[in-house]
Amino acid sequence: MAHAVRSVRHTRSAASRLREFWRLYRRNRAAVMGLLILLCVVVMAATADFIYPGDPFNLAGKPFAPPFGEFLFGTDSLGRDVAAGIVHGSRTSLLIGVVATAAAVTLGTLIGGVTGYYGGWLDDVLMRITEIFQTIPFFVFAILLVAVMKPSIQSIVIAIAVVSWPAVARLARGEFLSMRNREYVQACQVMGLGDARIIFLQILPNTLSPIIVTGSLMVATAILIESALAFLGLSDPNVMSWGFLVGSGRTHLRTAWWMCTFPGVAILLTVLAINLVGEGLNDALNPRIRDR
Amino acid sequence: MSLLTQRFRYVGRRLLQAIPTVLAIVVINFLLLQLAEGDAADVLAGEAGSATPEYMAQLRQKFGLDQPVAVQLVVYVKNILLLDLGHSFRHDMPVLTLILQRLGPTLILMVTTILLAVGVGILLGLLAATGLNTWRDNIISVFALVSYATPLFWVGLMFIVVFSIRLGWFPVSGMENIAAFHIGWVRVADIARHLVLPALTLSLFYLALYTRLMRASMLEQSGMDYVTTARAKGLTERRITFRHIFRNALLPVVTMAGVQVGSLIGGSVVVESVFGWPGLGLLAFESLFARDLNLLMGIFFLSACLVVVVNLVVDIVYAFLDPRIEMR
Repeated sequence: MAHAVRSVRHTRSAASRLREFWRLYRRNRAAVMGLLILLCVVVMAATADFIYPGDPFNLAGKPFAPPFGEFLFGTDSLGRDVAAGIVHGSRTSLLIGVVATAAAVTLGTLIGGVTGYYGGWLDDVLMRITEIFQTIPFFVFAILLVAVMKPSIQSIVIAIAVVSWPAVARLARGEFLSMRNREYVQACQVMGLGDARIIFLQILPNTLSPIIVTGSLMVATAILIESALAFLGLSDPNVMSWGFLVGSGRTHLRTAWWMCTFPGVAILLTVLAINLVGEGLNDALNPRIRDR
Repeated sequence: MSLLTQRFRYVGRRLLQAIPTVLAIVVINFLLLQLAEGDAADVLAGEAGSATPEYMAQLRQKFGLDQPVAVQLVVYVKNILLLDLGHSFRHDMPVLTLILQRLGPTLILMVTTILLAVGVGILLGLLAATGLNTWRDNIISVFALVSYATPLFWVGLMFIVVFSIRLGWFPVSGMENIAAFHIGWVRVADIARHLVLPALTLSLFYLALYTRLMRASMLEQSGMDYVTTARAKGLTERRITFRHIFRNALLPVVTMAGVQVGSLIGGSVVVESVFGWPGLGLLAFESLFARDLNLLMGIFFLSACLVVVVNLVVDIVYAFLDPRIEMR
């Protein structure tokens, strides 16, 4: 059945499949809005050097300038432009969110796919490991990892990937487990295809939709984890980030509320947009609930 | 074999299964310590301030750092299982004592948060599901969606700006007004007033989670055959919703509440450091600033154990409450 659907799909052109995808995605209006917000954030990150040239850590004016005056979102206690920090910080959030998720999804799919396909003791071991990972307080673990490795973009990406992969592994395992006895897989085995080719070229494309949906939602979680780490002081000291902005503004909460408020709104909007896009992807990609 | 002994056997097996988890956490801690720059003696000596070569050698011997890694691991595991979590040089106290001092406030915060999030989440989910696609459902769904995307530390700070600084309704930080020396019920009331904002902040995310879960669970249950049967019997919709669907829909929410304890501890690190709530989370934040790695690891270990215990208790309660649980 799945194979039949796949071969039908193959006969259609890429353009018509894209049109079909967009037709289904568009039905979820909130998802379209999410996509628009996300595009704005991406454009902001891409053009940061044009909108606010120079280092966002540089002083721009007098300290504690209120928002909507000379500076759109005011200045902080050292006279740095908060808006410039937000625009440059968007790069960090998106970069860490996407790279950490990509690492976690790759690792999780690989491990979950192999164990789901082969089963046996390998599968038992993996299930035990993911259970342990789901038991330990993952945020405290991430803090510990970054603290041990010293805060840098690299260590934050590693920490987030390490705490995120088990969820993907469980998902991929379940999908592969349900696929491995399907007729098309048996047909491939009879034809003498190698395991690696079956796993990556035959089963993987059929399990991609739920993995993509989960991955898109994980980007949102990764951005939240990154911002919380940065808020606690665990951010790369040379890189501007939203969590750092909120964290550095909190001591002046009483006198200068804007320092914390606007970077937080940026996090909220971005994470919300990604969640909406994830739901839209789910509607468009997940055939099981498509017509509910 | 009677049902009761079967159940006790199940509980015993769950207990045994928890042991490898705890051991794995100890091993993770050990590996992290290996990963840290320099060896444990360097880390500890750095924290102690100054260190003579003799002191370093003494430390290395004490921790068996002159031994092979495998031996070190065995010693480390033995120490931790004897609840010797080491010494915090910053506080000049055993790590275990420090942590136990801070456990109470964290438990107060967490229990309040869980009750609030589960209770209100179930209520909102019920309201949304019974008024499907009306304005009520839409408002609740939008609220859940936004809460789900909000960084906890930011909500906490905004609550402080609005409710503490502008309106002056609640204190900005701390757990109680220590200078006032309240006792008895006055003290309880004082702590409760300090608790409102941290508990609200921490519960917001989970509230959103349980609301969405409850709504989905209600919708799923309402499509089941037994609902059709109940309707065919001529029961009122009200009775069907509350006596039949509601009860069955609760199960996944309660299960999820047990699963979420681990992430709740992570959330409490952020919330406690925003509100200066003197629990484990604030201790973790302080140890981060003081670069007190030993203390941080102790917190990680004990909070992981806490999660294991809570999951165990949830499993056991389930085993006795729900006859359908598979005794595997």
